[in-house]
Amino acid sequence: MQKFKTIKSIPAYLSIVNIDTDMIIPKQFLKTIKRTGLGKNLFYEMRYNEKGNPIEDFILNTKPFNKSKILIAGKNFGCGSSREHAPWALLDFGITCVISSSYADIFYNNCFKNGILPIILPDTKIKELSDYSKRKEEITVNLEEQKITYGNNETTFEIDQFKKKCLLEGLDDIALSLEKNPKISEFEKKLVANKPWILND
Amino acid sequence: MSKTLYDKIWDEHLVHEQDDGTSLLYVDRHLVHEVTSPQAFEGLRNSKRQVRQPNLTLAVADHNVPTSDRSKGIADVESKLQVETLEKNCKEFGIKLFGMNDKRQGIVHIIGPEQGFTQPGSIIVCGDSHTATHGAFGSLAFGIGTSEVEHVLATQTLVQKKSKNFRIKVDGELSIGVTSKDVILQIIGKIGTAGGTGYVIEYAGSLISSLSVEQRMTICNMTIEGGARAGLIEPDQKIFDYLKDRPMSPKKDDWNKALDYWSKLKSDNEAKFDKEITLEGKDIMPMVTWGTSPQDVISIDEKIPNPESETDEDRKNSIERSLKYMGLKPGTAIKDVKIDKVFIGSCTNGRIEDLRDAAKIIRNKKVAQHVYAMVVPGSGLVKQQAEQEGLDKVFKESGFDWREPGCSMCLAMNSDKLKPEERCASTSNRNFEGRQGRGGRTHLVSPGMAAAAAISGSLDDVRKYQS
Repeated sequence: MQKFKTIKSIPAYLSIVNIDTDMIIPKQFLKTIKRTGLGKNLFYEMRYNEKGNPIEDFILNTKPFNKSKILIAGKNFGCGSSREHAPWALLDFGITCVISSSYADIFYNNCFKNGILPIILPDTKIKELSDYSKRKEEITVNLEEQKITYGNNETTFEIDQFKKKCLLEGLDDIALSLEKNPKISEFEKKLVANKPWILND
Repeated sequence: MSKTLYDKIWDEHLVHEQDDGTSLLYVDRHLVHEVTSPQAFEGLRNSKRQVRQPNLTLAVADHNVPTSDRSKGIADVESKLQVETLEKNCKEFGIKLFGMNDKRQGIVHIIGPEQGFTQPGSIIVCGDSHTATHGAFGSLAFGIGTSEVEHVLATQTLVQKKSKNFRIKVDGELSIGVTSKDVILQIIGKIGTAGGTGYVIEYAGSLISSLSVEQRMTICNMTIEGGARAGLIEPDQKIFDYLKDRPMSPKKDDWNKALDYWSKLKSDNEAKFDKEITLEGKDIMPMVTWGTSPQDVISIDEKIPNPESETDEDRKNSIERSLKYMGLKPGTAIKDVKIDKVFIGSCTNGRIEDLRDAAKIIRNKKVAQHVYAMVVPGSGLVKQQAEQEGLDKVFKESGFDWREPGCSMCLAMNSDKLKPEERCASTSNRNFEGRQGRGGRTHLVSPGMAAAAAISGSLDDVRKYQS
């Protein structure tokens, strides 16, 4: 997994609330057996018309936001299905940081498995940042310091310290869990003794 | 210290806990389908890892399968590749798979319970948000992403942080024509689509206990639409009777041991819930969604809301956007809204009782001339049972299309989909923009309400057709 340290980018603001994973990546693109290549279909139905041509006033189709690495969005971002294709599509487009006032749980977790930082800020700060995004100026997100810098302002954000460590170091959590192999085996031994039907049937 | 059922299941599965509360939990049952698993198996291959407990995973193809004649295979090249990839992966890693032509094939959340793979007190996961369904058995069941699917395959565990406890009590009785689908739609309308975020919900109360096992599954299934990853119900005799002698249920001595354990699974009387709400059965009416989020729901007697009367700016904009997409005007009686299609099926309402409910309404009646209506049974076994009861004839005689099992038009990954601006009364779980086909307009309803809409040709009150 790619490490996440600091990024600098002009943020794009999508004012819609409850953006679901069907909007982020519609189902016709879930037929892939790969993780890559989904960026061109990110927000497909908002981004392209029925003939497949780009809708000009959609934010990610307009310069300079078509190169944004940071997406600011309305609350409850990523609700709906568990499809990891949603963070894969964001990542493939180049977005490695999302800023919203809240996220759906599964999407939030999926971000961390893919080196994407989902930042939670209060509504007032979202308003401030989204207003700032109209200036088309770069902002900086520093994970180590848990700080966003925009112009002469800065704001801090909270994050789970273990998740932060995994992002900063790009850790593979399967490898980490496999280190606990003896504990898992011990657990399974007890399972055979106490709940034999779990492994038997 | 008093504990909730969720607390107890959590503690029972704890393999390791870090100081910050990040925990490694043992997974008892893992379900796999073709859409969210190929990249997970690929990951295992790339890192030369094995599946730790192949017997604890069960696989089936459901999202991509055609619901028409299957003898010719899958026409869509990408869908075909995905289904074949699942077959190849299961063979390589020694995982049990119900193939497309196996009569046990069906939607992953229908076949788990049907086979007795789903069991009380266990942790059940699947790369699918509607895994919450299995919580009806008193298990902790939730959807995971593909990276987590890979994690479960490799380690039979998951890294999790504990959620908070939320109890929703529903007391009293349901009125005639009102179902558990209406209960969960009303709950989502009340708490909102993010109302359960960060929580595990326990459904309790006399009305919940009075529900059949299948009705409970409908409620737990849509928990995710209220933002909570998992919803569960204390298991009781109905659950144990349902599971007895299922192909993958515990046998002989193990059955007695399991039963003894399952019978003790309940929240302590003094257990503390972080959040709690109560609903009364008599206040629940047949419900229908009007917008593009499951929280956009009203009873069939109501009118479509006016964004102008909203004070919250976000909510106002969201209503306006929904109404524009849905092609609806504020103040219209929802009963006057004409429909083009009816879909009965999905992991929410594709079980035998759902088909019986709809058949009861449609019997000796005809589908309105301008309406195309389809029934997609949740599994091959549901289809077989329905045919034994003659339900297929009831549907076909009234003008319904009787199809093969799968996810079908719930998410329109196969060729069953809405055309732009087509309007559908659907027993599925999501009315998101484009969910049933680009530009398609979904109204979520119960199976009886879907049948009533098919007859009337517009959204209608099922109680009108109750004999």
